[in-house]
Amino acid sequence: MSLTGSLIANPRMDRWITFLDDKTARVASGKVEIGQGVVTALHQIAAEELNLPLDRVTLVSGDTDIGPDEMYTTSSLSISMSGGSIRLVAAEAVALLTERAALRLNCAPDDLSVQDGAFLQDGAETGLDYWSVASEIDWSRAVTAKAATKSVSDYTIVGQSTPRLDLPAKVSGAAFVHDMAVDGFVHARILRQPGADAVLVSLGEAAIKRAAKGDVSVYREQNFVAVLSVDEAAAERAAAAAPPYVEWENALDIPVGADEAAWLPGQPAIERELGVTDAPEPAGERVSLTVSRPYVAHASLGPSCALARMDADGKLSIWSHGQGMHNLRKNIGAALKIDIDRIWAKHLHGPGCYGHNGADDAALDAAILARAHPGKTIRVQWRREEEFGYEPLGPAMLVKAEAVVDAAGLPVQWTADIWSPVHVQRPGNPAVVMLGSQALAPPPEWAPPVDPGEERGGGGTRNGFPLYKTGPQRVRHHLTERAPIRTSALRGLGALPNVVAIEGLMDDLAARAGADPVQYRLDLLEDPRARAVLERTAVLAGWQDRGAGGEGQGLGIAFARYKNTAAYCAVAVALTVEEEVRLDHIWTVGDAGLVINPSGACNQLEGGCVQGASWALKEQARFEGQGITTLDWESYPILRFSEVPEITAELMDLPEEPTLGVGECSVGPTAAAIANAIKHALGARIHDMPFTRDRVMAALLR
Amino acid sequence: MSETYSLTVNGKDEIVSAPPDTPLIYVLRNQLGLKGVRYGCGLEQCGCCTVLVDGAPAFACSQAVETAAGASIETIEGLGAREAPHPLQQAFMDLQAGQCGYCLAGILMAAKALLAENSDPSRADIIAALDGHLCRCGAHNRIIAAIQQAAKAMGGAS
Repeated sequence: MSLTGSLIANPRMDRWITFLDDKTARVASGKVEIGQGVVTALHQIAAEELNLPLDRVTLVSGDTDIGPDEMYTTSSLSISMSGGSIRLVAAEAVALLTERAALRLNCAPDDLSVQDGAFLQDGAETGLDYWSVASEIDWSRAVTAKAATKSVSDYTIVGQSTPRLDLPAKVSGAAFVHDMAVDGFVHARILRQPGADAVLVSLGEAAIKRAAKGDVSVYREQNFVAVLSVDEAAAERAAAAAPPYVEWENALDIPVGADEAAWLPGQPAIERELGVTDAPEPAGERVSLTVSRPYVAHASLGPSCALARMDADGKLSIWSHGQGMHNLRKNIGAALKIDIDRIWAKHLHGPGCYGHNGADDAALDAAILARAHPGKTIRVQWRREEEFGYEPLGPAMLVKAEAVVDAAGLPVQWTADIWSPVHVQRPGNPAVVMLGSQALAPPPEWAPPVDPGEERGGGGTRNGFPLYKTGPQRVRHHLTERAPIRTSALRGLGALPNVVAIEGLMDDLAARAGADPVQYRLDLLEDPRARAVLERTAVLAGWQDRGAGGEGQGLGIAFARYKNTAAYCAVAVALTVEEEVRLDHIWTVGDAGLVINPSGACNQLEGGCVQGASWALKEQARFEGQGITTLDWESYPILRFSEVPEITAELMDLPEEPTLGVGECSVGPTAAAIANAIKHALGARIHDMPFTRDRVMAALLR
Repeated sequence: MSETYSLTVNGKDEIVSAPPDTPLIYVLRNQLGLKGVRYGCGLEQCGCCTVLVDGAPAFACSQAVETAAGASIETIEGLGAREAPHPLQQAFMDLQAGQCGYCLAGILMAAKALLAENSDPSRADIIAALDGHLCRCGAHNRIIAAIQQAAKAMGGAS
């Protein structure tokens, strides 16, 4: 076994595991629960490898005092990175404990077995257990990853759909950071600066206070403005009434039309060419497909929230639902010039974020106010229009995929042109500032945007290369220099539009060759695992009975392996197009290798299908002038209960294969299968998402 | 400006004090400590804050406390405790019917009201009852299945 990245960064064993006096083991992870069930799965991995029942293991996640720094909870990497680390640490802990017990018993380690943490020698009790020897081991040692891990065939906990650890609280009462109750805490609402350069010129404090119908104070530091009250309703009334009394100069002024994907190709861009860039241009016909996705929102169901308190000794405590507490601590330390050793950041549950939403900014808001009000616990609750209005958006993208096709109708060269603003602008990147920081000081000089590197799956280029045999492949990435609005990570990054383009063009090429779309793909797919999910999905969806289409009923299919390195996923969609697109059924099959919690992994596949469908059919964030204008659920609709079809989800059973991240794999194939099913239903393709009634009508008129 | 109101909340008589237009959500969360009442939008558009007022689903984010005076209010805390969950709560845990879980408290209250009227709801009945509720994680089908499983456990389903 080799060390994971997380173990190289956090080598001390006591950063990961502690044997507590109550005969439990506490295992820590830097990855956090964002609704994906990861804490439940990591807990299973820990208990399995420790040979302990689940109730003898606790899992602490996202705590800068006692857990490892694993950066952010992103990119479907938690099970392989954190789970892989926990497995190695736990195996090594068991080996050390067993060695120690054997020494005490004057026997060979192999003579010992473990039951519920107690050591048995040839099946007989020894009076020793993990806890009686744990104190004799120096846990500050570095993990070596040399201990053997359990054989998959011996697993009894991993692979079971054990109950989610977080759901009991969530279905019965207080569960989220929003619900944390502290005596005497102060509620705050922020009156946000409309853009990094906006300057506050007047503030009608008296009028705002009058509107509150209760005691509120107004806090101002440069261009950061907040109302505070021990009475939350009063703070809310004040914030709701405030806009006419807060005057800004030099607010953001976004040109009309900049919120469309079509705006991107004319903009200055950082140009890169990836893949095979020196292949000769082959002879053959060129077939291309251009698709677009607009700016989309994370649209968390609950607006962001955070609490913070600065104690008399200057120690700052922060409670947040952000995706990485160690990074949050660094970023807040840098923003407020506080030594990170004096900051404790603790993750608590939040509404699903699906990426970088308002959580980190809300935490900085709370920290700014806590610094100004020492000894008080400050609770910042963002308002609905604030979450929609100030969260970073998932960038719009325009993708043109082009194949050169030989006489047999098969691709011999593949080129993708990808226009996109930057996909990741998390704080920590020197060119990135949090909302609170930009309100306290002028923003830094503009610096070129930086997308995640290809070794991490890329940003705009994520899933830009098809897995199919197409001859030489190249991607031309046109990274927009200056996005018209703040953009950052949203589930799948560029995968969704790229997969829609690739899978749309595959369908078009199959049609051109007179081939069945599934068979055409299979003929170009070598990876047996890729073939298997596609074939199984086709069987589930009754593909063999698919008619010629064109009558308003469509069946479409699509495949991708997320990042070309994570889980494999195929999706088929049956739908009906009248004036609008109605989804009738979705089938999806994933291959995630060893699955820790099958119900949880299927939940991710299903949820990705719904979110992918929602983006494909309904969602578009709009902005002009001073900012985002889609500020509620009427102007930013998402798929509703009446629009979500039944979903059949299956996972391949390959427990001997390493776990592949499953959280984001179904989003792209779902959108692509919808696009292809619409083409099947109408005989015409809709190129631009969302596939709304207007676009259906336009396609029918073509 | 504050007035005093008497409410019955989860079967218990409570006296609260707030300006008449104060949304119920703040009274329930901050005066009575019922943190399971969740703020989602304040616009009656998402259903997160749903509680039962005299047995009917109501938006706690927009209903003024004065209009609930004398009413019987039920929140997720009154549905069942962690140690003794209601069949609905049990079914949601059994089926992992949720991901982030932010929508669930409101959905569970709407489901309780539905099952009180219709002990054996069809998929379409459940969808109709929940169409005012948003779930961003895409757990819709599991939520529907959990409500049907709870109906069965409660002896209603055929």
